[in-house]
Amino acid sequence: MDILLEPFQFEFFRNGVTVSLLVGALCGLIGVYIVLRGMSYIGHGLSHAIFGGAVVSFVMAWNFYIGAGVWGFLAALLINQTVRRTRISADAAIGVITTASFAVGVALISRYRRFTRSFDAALFGNILGVTVQDVWVVAAVTLIVMLIIFLMYKQLLFTTFNAEVAQVYGVKTEWVDTLFSLALAAALIASMQILGVTLIAAALVIPAITARLMTDSFNRMVILSTMIGMITNLIGMYLSYYIDVASGATIVLVQAMVFGVSLLVSLVQKRAARRLAHTHI
Amino acid sequence: MDPLLELRKVTFGYGATPILEDINIHLHHGQFAALVGPSGAGKTTLLKLILGTLQPTHGEIYTHGELLRNGHAPRVGYVPQLETVDWNFPVTVEQTVWMGQIGNKNLLPWMSAKERRQVQAMLERLGIAELAQRHIRDLSGGQQQRVFLARALISKPDLLVLDEPTVGLDIQTAEMILVLLAELNRQGVTLLMTTHDLNAAAAHLPWVICLNQKVIAQGAPEAVFTEKVLSETYRGDMMVFVHNGMMFIQQKPHGHGYKDLVPEPVPGGMPHTNS
Repeated sequence: MDILLEPFQFEFFRNGVTVSLLVGALCGLIGVYIVLRGMSYIGHGLSHAIFGGAVVSFVMAWNFYIGAGVWGFLAALLINQTVRRTRISADAAIGVITTASFAVGVALISRYRRFTRSFDAALFGNILGVTVQDVWVVAAVTLIVMLIIFLMYKQLLFTTFNAEVAQVYGVKTEWVDTLFSLALAAALIASMQILGVTLIAAALVIPAITARLMTDSFNRMVILSTMIGMITNLIGMYLSYYIDVASGATIVLVQAMVFGVSLLVSLVQKRAARRLAHTHI
Repeated sequence: MDPLLELRKVTFGYGATPILEDINIHLHHGQFAALVGPSGAGKTTLLKLILGTLQPTHGEIYTHGELLRNGHAPRVGYVPQLETVDWNFPVTVEQTVWMGQIGNKNLLPWMSAKERRQVQAMLERLGIAELAQRHIRDLSGGQQQRVFLARALISKPDLLVLDEPTVGLDIQTAEMILVLLAELNRQGVTLLMTTHDLNAAAAHLPWVICLNQKVIAQGAPEAVFTEKVLSETYRGDMMVFVHNGMMFIQQKPHGHGYKDLVPEPVPGGMPHTNS
């Protein structure tokens, strides 16, 4: 019990755990739609784009959350519109737009070398940097994103399943996509401090694909993915504290392990089901 | 009474190449019509124009005598081609049909008691009530088609549009689906479908529209399915036979005959193969 409670004497850990639970829920929830839309690469790309926005915010002395948020949202919108209005595929659009945005950040860092160290946390995640203000911002983002998904659940489900047919049934799919891009950009910015740019994509995708292995029901997948995100983030935070490794890396490694076990169990179950079917023939 | 749907001189194309030219079609309440034509004839494009996902380059589409536009469109239930469905998507039969109730004012992310009753009643109407909790992948082709029909019907559409509802189904299942559609039509549902199965269209549908970039002919199958019209539609030699009052349509084989394809029997032995 002491092992579980000991880290809570430190404020940075209390803040870090609170944020990691919120971020776990957020990434787990958003990840379901990312994975089912076949856009797993967008988390990776967009987090890099947001890094560019973060550097620009720093240079221009803007508020990090507002500067990086607007930058990320615009990048997501640009990707959506490029895919909708041209023959360019989603992966190509993500590759071009987000890498160019990341390059802006790298160029600015190489030009103003004096603040290079400040972006280590943004790249790899650092719970020591989580302040009470961060906790409130992440809590507000989580609440807003969850509210958006709650109110647009059916529209998001239909658009994700088949956008063209959803449009015929009266769903404003462009609005749904725009709101989703906004929610995604917000979720990525909220996760940056804890996970870092380089690891966010895994935190978005792994809980969702693990949940997918466990169920064939959309509702259950949403609940499972959210819970897996929260639990693995919590375990990752404890590991990070005790083995003194960056929080983002431990969280992603825990998630990868959970995924590995789920994959193994599902393969064994499939084999057993096939064997059972053979014996009945 | 104004037609439910009327296309007047509708033309559509991507860039300079027209895909559909000068299309004039009327669809009245209670009608059951099939769009037939070869691949690339513009059938799916015409459906998309009717569904409102594409806009005509020229011409107008009217519903109940009013120009089709946002806010003034018939309520359409759409059944897409089964091959466009993502069968790995994690949805049960019940959840899929629930999507058809998207117009309801229920903001909650779960089914209301009323919606659940309506979904159950629709599944019972289509004879798949016991499959409600099954994943859509774990169904037969006929059952899958019924699920998407249920989703379309639960939205209480003025018009039911189906894109090749019998493609990929075995003869018996395809027949059952067409009988079901005819039954729905008798219950007052207006239907428009595309199909490649001319024999089934001749047997089951009271109205057919032959399309190949333009409307070649439209009317009852007995009047429209002639060798001349079908040859013009399919740009090939078509044959029409009538046997016991039923119409059969076949394309004339060209370049080779049936006998060219059958290997000569080997005297006293098994038929030989080239391998």
